[in-house]
Amino acid sequence: MADLNVPIDALTMEREWKQPDRGTVGIIFLIITESSLFAIFVATYLIYIGKSLTGPYPKDVLDVPILATICLLSSSLTVYFAEHALAHGRLAAFKAWWLVTIALGLEFLTATGLEWKKLITEDHLTIRTNLFGSTFYSLVGLHASHVIVGMCFLLLVLFVTLFGFPIETQLRRVKFLSWYWHFVDAVWVIVFTVVYIIGR
Amino acid sequence: MASIDYPLERPKVQEREFSFSEALYSWVATVDHKRLGLMYIVSALIFFVVAGIMATVIRAQLAFPNGHVVGPDTFNRLFTMHGTTMVFLVGMPMVAGFSNYLVPLMIGARDMAFPRLNAFGFWIFLFGGLLLYFSYIGGSGLSGTGSAPDVGWFAYAPLTSRAFSRGSSTDYWAIGVLVAGFGSIASAINVIATTACMRCPGMTLSRMPMFVWVMLVDSWMIVLVLPPLSAGQIMLLLDRYLGAHFFDTQAGGSAILWQHIFWIFGHPEVYILIFPAFAILSEVIPVFSRKPLFGRPAMVGAIVAIGFISMGVWAHHMFAVGMTAWSNTFFAAASMLVGIPTGIKIFNWTATMYGGKLRLDTPLLFCLGFLLQFLVAGLTGIMLAVAPFDWQLHDSYFVVAHFHFTLIGGLIFGLFAGMYYWFPKATGRLLSDKLGKWHFWLLCIGFNMTFIPLHFAGLLGMPRRIYTYMPGRGWESWNLVASIGVIFQIAGILCFVWNVLRSAKRGEVAGDDPWDGWTLEWATSSPPPEYNFEKLPVVRSSRPLWDLKHPQDPDWKYE
Repeated sequence: MADLNVPIDALTMEREWKQPDRGTVGIIFLIITESSLFAIFVATYLIYIGKSLTGPYPKDVLDVPILATICLLSSSLTVYFAEHALAHGRLAAFKAWWLVTIALGLEFLTATGLEWKKLITEDHLTIRTNLFGSTFYSLVGLHASHVIVGMCFLLLVLFVTLFGFPIETQLRRVKFLSWYWHFVDAVWVIVFTVVYIIGR
Repeated sequence: MASIDYPLERPKVQEREFSFSEALYSWVATVDHKRLGLMYIVSALIFFVVAGIMATVIRAQLAFPNGHVVGPDTFNRLFTMHGTTMVFLVGMPMVAGFSNYLVPLMIGARDMAFPRLNAFGFWIFLFGGLLLYFSYIGGSGLSGTGSAPDVGWFAYAPLTSRAFSRGSSTDYWAIGVLVAGFGSIASAINVIATTACMRCPGMTLSRMPMFVWVMLVDSWMIVLVLPPLSAGQIMLLLDRYLGAHFFDTQAGGSAILWQHIFWIFGHPEVYILIFPAFAILSEVIPVFSRKPLFGRPAMVGAIVAIGFISMGVWAHHMFAVGMTAWSNTFFAAASMLVGIPTGIKIFNWTATMYGGKLRLDTPLLFCLGFLLQFLVAGLTGIMLAVAPFDWQLHDSYFVVAHFHFTLIGGLIFGLFAGMYYWFPKATGRLLSDKLGKWHFWLLCIGFNMTFIPLHFAGLLGMPRRIYTYMPGRGWESWNLVASIGVIFQIAGILCFVWNVLRSAKRGEVAGDDPWDGWTLEWATSSPPPEYNFEKLPVVRSSRPLWDLKHPQDPDWKYE
């Protein structure tokens, strides 16, 4: 303002007044607070690596879930394609990519389920067997529960779309859901590194 | 009081009387930030009275050696529930309550960013609180025998393991506090989104009231440090219910890990608790000194610095555990570092008053009480940050006296200042200043009478959490004086309760702006209508109402 004695025109100020979208801020801080939760579980896992007094130990029973990891990480890409298609009004492409995302997520959850089944029935590793079991099931389980929550919302969007709800009006919410999904994927990168690479 | 023409349009207030069921429904179903804020504060005050009664019983038990008021088991439950209640069911809802009520009004918004999330936060907090207290009925299962948790408010392992804590009382502690924590996180995300996205035109961050700044940093801290506590409690529940071994040393787990996780939350938590008092002082002192806040940018910098540093000092609660010398050195140095920004704040509040035209009404009296008592608390805090000093006095009454000086002498005094200041805004009527002064002096005398002697009892070696003690150790007179002080405190609190009940109905009508304030909440009617402002205000300086009242000399010319 060149001349300080001239009050700024209130109308100009109101017109030029720009602030971030509240939903965006809300979802970002949800992700921040969730990251803080995961950080403690990850740190606990790291601290307890090699502290189990009895077997089975990670190197004996853990197989690296390569296929499941590829599925989950690529679902981040497909959910982006879906969101992009929706933003450009290509509803058919949106539905297709959305379905692929759900299929990939389901594949991941199935792989986790089968892994746990093998660990429990064949290797007799449960959450109470030893310290490794406690930290493994809680960290991977915490992540898997987040995948399940994301999956519920993905399915919700799919169903309302299939029943004819105009999902293109909810672009913003679809975007937030995709951010959450990216977050779940990013957490998996860390969990994967900690559990299957460092901890094995 | 300056009578001026407000360019802001006055909202109209509905005058119709509601029936009881209508009124009840309107409160239970409300998503209005002001009603939720008041419900937070009122429930916090009720829990405050409950936990205060527990403290009274504790002091009655300790007044004389070999006390027989309660037995050791009851005593353990009393101090556990007293601490848990005061931190999670009084301090935290006060944070949420004050920020809910005031942040939208101060930034010229019509509500919080997520009103329904806000209602969820309140009800889940209340549910958590009631769940914790349900342990008195069902703590040992629903067989008719109840017992509250008795593991202390920081619930150290292995006390919380199945072997040492049978029944369900520890589970009530873990789940009740976990659930109440979700409410705090919800409310904190809401405050952040509100301040980021809902400020009225012209309300830049540099013009945002100091109160909002402090609550913003506070909310940041809640979002970052509440989840570690939740994580710890989830692990504890996994240990107790599914037989996991997180804190089970016999299976290679670590009891110290619980301490780390708890204090990663716990130390920033005490700053989270004290911040509302900082926020309130930063509004009350300038208005009652008739001067703008001294060194505003430094105050903002200091609050952000406190927020940052406080996250790296947690292990000063664990000096006596036996950490490495390097850890002790780091955490001692980091803890002392907090003294610098806190010192900046104390000096700036004092400098705000220096040369000001002080109006010694009740709100300012409580602020003065805060300044002196919090200074003492800060000094004993620096003493305890010295690791060897802490080895000597860890878990002694010196520590008890220290943190009661921060949380009563600091937080509670600050909150009372805020209540006297904003009560007229919330109800339209002033609290009686005469009763307020009785309240202040009785509480101030009683508080100091209780907690100054406890420093000395601690220095003489009295450990905290003992249910009784033998005569002949030099602790008797200190404890007796401390217990007598409680009587004055109760008298002070009764003055306050009577003042609130009486003034809400028959107090002096306040008008919209009884203190000649400068922030936007005083621009709307008292109590404000549901939509706060009929037309959103436009702001040009950090004191928008000063600009309106003094068009010939507005602040925006100089900022």
